Amino acid sequence: MRKKRKLKSEAGALTRRDFLKGAGVTVSGGLLATGAVTTAQAAAQEGVVGPGPVPITLRINGRVHRLSLEPRITLLDALRDHLNITGSKKVCDRATCGACTMLMDKKPVYACTVLAIEAEGHDITTIESLTENGRLSPVMEAFWKNDAQQCGFCTPGFVMACTAFLEKNPNPTLEQIEKGLGGNLCRCGTYAGIRRAVLEAAKAMKGGQANG
Amino acid sequence: MASCKYDWPAAGQRDAIGKSTDRIDGPAKVSGRAKYTYDINRPGMLFGKMLTCPHAHAKIKSIDVSPALKHPGVKAALVIQDVGSEIQWAGDEIAAVAAVDEATAEDAVRLIRVEYDVLPHLVREENLSKDGDRAKPAGEQKVGDPDKAFADPEAVISEGFYGIPVITHCCLETHGNVVEWRGADSILTHSSTQNVSGIPSQLGAALRAKKINVQDSNIETICQYIGGGFGSKFSIDRWGVVAAELSKQAGGKPVKLMLDRDEDLEVAGARPSYFGHVKVAASKDGTLTAWSSETWGTGGPGPSGVPPVPYILTNIPNIYKKHTSVSTNIGPARAWRAPNHPQACLMTLAALDDLAAKLAMDAMEFLQKNIHLAPSYLVNTYQQELSKAAELSEWSKYWHPRGDKTPGHLKRGLGVSLHTWGGRGHAGSCNVIVRPDGSVTVQSGTQDLGTGTRTVIAVVAASTFGLPVDAIQVEIGDSRYPFDGASGGSTTVGAASAWTRRGSVDALNELFAAVAPSLGVQANQLEARDGRIQVQGNPSKSLSWKDACAKLGAKTIHTVGKNPGPCNLGSVGVGGVQVADVTVDTETGKVKINRLVAVQDCGLIIDKLTAESQVYGGLIMGVCYSLFEEKVMDQTIGRMLNANMEFYKLAGIGDIGGELIVHMMTGPGYDERGVIGLGEPPVISPGAAISNAVANAIGVRVSQLPLTPRRVLAALAKGGIA
Repeated sequence: MRKKRKLKSEAGALTRRDFLKGAGVTVSGGLLATGAVTTAQAAAQEGVVGPGPVPITLRINGRVHRLSLEPRITLLDALRDHLNITGSKKVCDRATCGACTMLMDKKPVYACTVLAIEAEGHDITTIESLTENGRLSPVMEAFWKNDAQQCGFCTPGFVMACTAFLEKNPNPTLEQIEKGLGGNLCRCGTYAGIRRAVLEAAKAMKGGQANG
Repeated sequence: MASCKYDWPAAGQRDAIGKSTDRIDGPAKVSGRAKYTYDINRPGMLFGKMLTCPHAHAKIKSIDVSPALKHPGVKAALVIQDVGSEIQWAGDEIAAVAAVDEATAEDAVRLIRVEYDVLPHLVREENLSKDGDRAKPAGEQKVGDPDKAFADPEAVISEGFYGIPVITHCCLETHGNVVEWRGADSILTHSSTQNVSGIPSQLGAALRAKKINVQDSNIETICQYIGGGFGSKFSIDRWGVVAAELSKQAGGKPVKLMLDRDEDLEVAGARPSYFGHVKVAASKDGTLTAWSSETWGTGGPGPSGVPPVPYILTNIPNIYKKHTSVSTNIGPARAWRAPNHPQACLMTLAALDDLAAKLAMDAMEFLQKNIHLAPSYLVNTYQQELSKAAELSEWSKYWHPRGDKTPGHLKRGLGVSLHTWGGRGHAGSCNVIVRPDGSVTVQSGTQDLGTGTRTVIAVVAASTFGLPVDAIQVEIGDSRYPFDGASGGSTTVGAASAWTRRGSVDALNELFAAVAPSLGVQANQLEARDGRIQVQGNPSKSLSWKDACAKLGAKTIHTVGKNPGPCNLGSVGVGGVQVADVTVDTETGKVKINRLVAVQDCGLIIDKLTAESQVYGGLIMGVCYSLFEEKVMDQTIGRMLNANMEFYKLAGIGDIGGELIVHMMTGPGYDERGVIGLGEPPVISPGAAISNAVANAIGVRVSQLPLTPRRVLAALAKGGIA
């Protein structure tokens, strides 16, 4: 249902903007109920916002950002275009490739398919927060040392997905890695390095904990 | 002793050259700090969007961009193709706007009114008999007497149909630029490009053709990082010129115009298709005697390209071949990693594999027996590589005659293929700067596509100066630096290693001259080793690098390294062999990769780690186009049906099999050829190797790539072991 301006002449085509224009956006406790609500229901409920810019507060990497955005703006575009936080990449723009992976309350999400307004009240973590004073995180270090990157455009998304994955699976099997990171795509063909990197990062993180 | 002062050092004296060096821009990339074109946000930047044509073939009857221009937030709007223009593919650019944000630009584009006269289109070419006058002869050739060879009653003949569809580049960073005017006559572009040094002159010429006066020398292009190119990003492209025009209209404000994913898949990169009927003959002992092929393909509205068949075994004594180019309305072709080779490779190696099966010969033995028909300079390489690939794949253990006879629905098979590529370094240059404080910088208007250019430059300079790799500052990706060629055809590492070497040797000799008096010897008696400048054979007479550079006083050494240049630091022509090991589920038709083996030659390796990564990448990209990728066109609506990444499938991490085995041919016989590029070769063979492995597993050829479950089941329905 995204943009598709090319389909504008086709009857019945609905853009995100058209949908939001018609429906307004219903905000309840900072959470957005899209999809499940019909236009009539939405209009009937309280807290209809948009389609014009509305104040949106985002907590990103521990910092609070106050923005004025149209409710249709995605979390990814809010960060990339309005806050110049560009580590997360825009690739498929429809929740297929994982290049935009961020953590929302520690859970990985495809930021291209989360509206900025939906992210209000949640803790957003991006790849920028994982380096402290320029020091690479164990996952980053393992990706670098195993050459788990070529052009590097998918890499931040993979690093984020891998970080969340190892949090849940500190002792991953190869099969778990293939499932757990199956939501990210690489075009240059770096999966062999990524498999090695994930195993090595898992080891390094355990070592770090033991020493710590 | 080296015969020329620029020669590569002898084995054992190469320092970091040939060892594994972590890529020097790795930390920037893994941490998200690396800024790609798509990440560039400039002050006051506007967002550009284009209206594209919904029809595969049409003439523009009327166009009105004024409603878009009136839309709040829109700062510029223009017609790209005016009334009367004939549009040849869906997705072609018609008009554009620039607005304060992306969403506003999208809204404004929807306000543009265009009327079309829709014309008849052709977007599917695989059935040549239906292609009518869109099919044009594209070459016919005869060698020897193929008719006689095929008529020989002793000949064993195999005939087959094989095909490989149009696929796209699907770079993860879509094509695009951020363009701004710096005053009335100067432009800065941030471009996602494989051709940093070439973009200014392209943009300048395109703008002057539109009566917008700007000199090439006043255009600067920057591309520090690029999210994939694979041959599709050599040009400023129409959308880059449009961004410059929009920027001018908006008073010079920066305009970011990146293609959307659907635009990128529809128009910004397609590899020509290749279909054909092939007939091959051999004598009963398996010696190839004749080749005949009638092939066709489409490269969109332009020519399809002519894949070189028979591939590798070019000296088959009797050859007939005829190619037809079909003009279609699918969008233009672009060079796709190893242009024409994956197609030629599949057509040839699949046909030969079928012939070997008909002869009841082991496919590996069949290739060994006929490898003398390859160009003579590659015969020895291939012989060694075939043996190595057989060993690494445990060929004799796992290969079996066609059709895995073990009970059950899982059938395992092995397939082999071979390939070649040129890879000579292109023309280019660099600055090498050695400063009195000991710092060293190499600058070039080249680019690093993720292939490791930066790292290669650092390794060569460091090894020449006897310094650690991290002592070298590498500055690339800006057209103000010395000109370098485009990164296409595996030409960059050959060039960059050579110009870095020449510039560094010259700089070192200048340093020797400055240092020699204080060490009381002639400059030619000095050498650079382990961070010191020392008298050859007498390390006790030495200066640290830093102290040596201090002898320069106020003078900075500044040399220019060029390629080509004195001494032969690289060459051309590599060979590679790959083996695929697959399991096919005869109930679901799903092909699973068990193992892939790649044995590859590329002359002297500079960085083993990134060289091997190129081969892994080639194998994995090969899995993508062998099993998943196809630009699916619909003849009724004339559109691409899968212009998104859900349905334009790439392999995921779980699709690449258990084990990828990469073996680089190095050492005597290989290293002395110097540096040869490696980007293209490893992506050529996977299609044929995997297709042959599937045929070996199920006993029947799946004639077309990708080897989807539907195609596998259809082939099984016609025959095979099931």
